[in-house]
Amino acid sequence: MLLIRCPYCEEERPELEFRNAGEAHVARPADIAAISDEDFEAFFFIRSNPKGIIYERWRHIHGCARFFNAVRDTVSDKFVMTYKAGEPKPKKLPGVAK
Amino acid sequence: MVKGSQGVKSVQGAKNVQRTKRVQAAKKEAQTGDAVTVERREALAGRVFSAAGVTVTPLPPAERVSLRAPEDSVAALSRALGVTLPAKPKTSAAKAGRLAFWLGPDEWMVIDEGGKDPLADCARVKALHSAVGISHRNVAIAVTGPACEATVSAGCPQDLSLAVFPVGAVSRTVLGKAEIVLYRAAEDSFRIECWRSFSDYVFTFLSEAARDAAA
Repeated sequence: MLLIRCPYCEEERPELEFRNAGEAHVARPADIAAISDEDFEAFFFIRSNPKGIIYERWRHIHGCARFFNAVRDTVSDKFVMTYKAGEPKPKKLPGVAK
Repeated sequence: MVKGSQGVKSVQGAKNVQRTKRVQAAKKEAQTGDAVTVERREALAGRVFSAAGVTVTPLPPAERVSLRAPEDSVAALSRALGVTLPAKPKTSAAKAGRLAFWLGPDEWMVIDEGGKDPLADCARVKALHSAVGISHRNVAIAVTGPACEATVSAGCPQDLSLAVFPVGAVSRTVLGKAEIVLYRAAEDSFRIECWRSFSDYVFTFLSEAARDAAA
């Protein structure tokens, strides 16, 4: 079983307590009624789907119930790190050569 | 066809008579002042499971409050409740029959086993908070005995060893397919809070786990 570190509970918890909640850092336009259909499509439907490092929202639904962000490797399925919701993308990832 | 519809009519007629009788009885009751008494039916009444080294027992009803509050209100709420709301994850506080569980960064569960109402205490606090009475939503089950850890571990994926889950630790987690709040009351005693509708499943699950732990 995967162990995921919850930044609010400050410890690693079993994956059964968590739910994935889609890609992170998708900014909602300030005036969503004013944007074009193409821009709306990009915001609403288009996701990065990379091979490698992905930034995701996760929810500790059966724990503290909080949303947080996680950096995950889609190839190895390993969690690189997690950080609280609202915090910017981490500049440096631990253990990732770049 | 005609006969059938007549049959339906007569059934409806009988129902109407019954309803009229009920309304009359209710009116009479209201006039004479005989209040309808509602019997309290506990979800797990009378169900106790014992195996070698572990006992699974339903706990008596208690007053419960789900409390959400920002950091600025915590001090005032703690004073009103008479128990300091814990600020650290996975911790609890206990004082004079009252338990406060940390569930999230701004979320607590307060349990009173002494029959006093924590909801009324919260109502006196002026500071911003949200307190919801959940006394009847939850059912508590005690798992006690030296094999209690093995019993709960049968369905709970967390590490429940004393080093990681010490006495006083509390966490919302899962047991089998149900969500629970798990509290370690003593080295050999767990308190499990689950929703009333899940209580039959949780109790049966724990009973089977206790049978396995004893074997």
